[in-house]
Amino acid sequence: MNMTMLGIIIGMGIVTYIPRLLPLLTLQTENWPGWSRRMLARVPYAVLGALIFPGILYIHDSIWFGIAGGAAAVCLAYLGAPLIAVVGGSIIFLAVIQLVV
Amino acid sequence: MESAETLDSTEINWFRRGIAAGIPIAFGYMPVAVTFGLLAGATGLSGIEAVLMSMLVFAGAAQYMALSMMALGSGAAEIITATFILNFRHLLMSASIRERAESGSKLNRALYGFLLTDEVFAVSSTSEAPIRTHYITGVGMIAYGSWVGFTGIGYFAGSFLPELLTESMAIALYALFIALLIPSVKKEGKVVIRLAFLGAVFNAVFQLWLSTGWSLMSATILAVIVYEGIDQKVIRRRKT
Repeated sequence: MNMTMLGIIIGMGIVTYIPRLLPLLTLQTENWPGWSRRMLARVPYAVLGALIFPGILYIHDSIWFGIAGGAAAVCLAYLGAPLIAVVGGSIIFLAVIQLVV
Repeated sequence: MESAETLDSTEINWFRRGIAAGIPIAFGYMPVAVTFGLLAGATGLSGIEAVLMSMLVFAGAAQYMALSMMALGSGAAEIITATFILNFRHLLMSASIRERAESGSKLNRALYGFLLTDEVFAVSSTSEAPIRTHYITGVGMIAYGSWVGFTGIGYFAGSFLPELLTESMAIALYALFIALLIPSVKKEGKVVIRLAFLGAVFNAVFQLWLSTGWSLMSATILAVIVYEGIDQKVIRRRKT
């Protein structure tokens, strides 16, 4: 194997692992003030919003493709479909749209 | 019933639940990993290098970025620095999961920390606190298996999916995020909608100036700060 390539891969692995690992090993949030713990606990929902938008608009040349798939996912999830069914259903919905349009 | 179980079987149980919860991620990673394998081949990596990168880095966006930088002739230091900048956002997710997960052993934390992608974080952290260590590990393991396995398949077997399906599968991870968000909205109501909305709007604005990783992280931080500010103001007003 190319040594430079190996170095790049190992280096990338290390710098990716550090931010994922450090807070898990070093933080002791039990005695942190209430507001900071509330903020940390709210991170997942804010992240989800940011992960969805605006990225979903750019999965295809037309933004409507992502919007249609997203709408299908919202409907399925709202009806209480399990995660995998929401994911599978949205894919099938977009495949059908591509066949029809 | 709970007390009749040994500690080990409870842990295995949570691990299994994690595996089950992570299946949609495994599914969503499939087209992304296959394409990564294909592109790695086209960029000139050997099969071992492509799979090794997926095994050691386990970060989709960074791996794609590395390929395009290699194609442009960037040096090792540049690529590693860019990877660090892109993946620095996980610091925030790791801190958030530390707050909401059971403590667990250091070794267990070190293990699931390695697996903590955006998607693994999203699935694990939307389950109820205290989140079980073995649950997170289960979610991460199945996602990791899919990522590494389909990188290899993409490299050696090429794209086995019809183009129609590949294009449609681009929605998979977004559908997953939506599927995680909606039940939380149903259960916890406006808090979740407001936070997600703030995160989305700030991210859309920040992306105009910042790279993906920084935009995501700044948007999240600002969203929780703004929300806390509004929340406190409302509480104070109600008190007076």
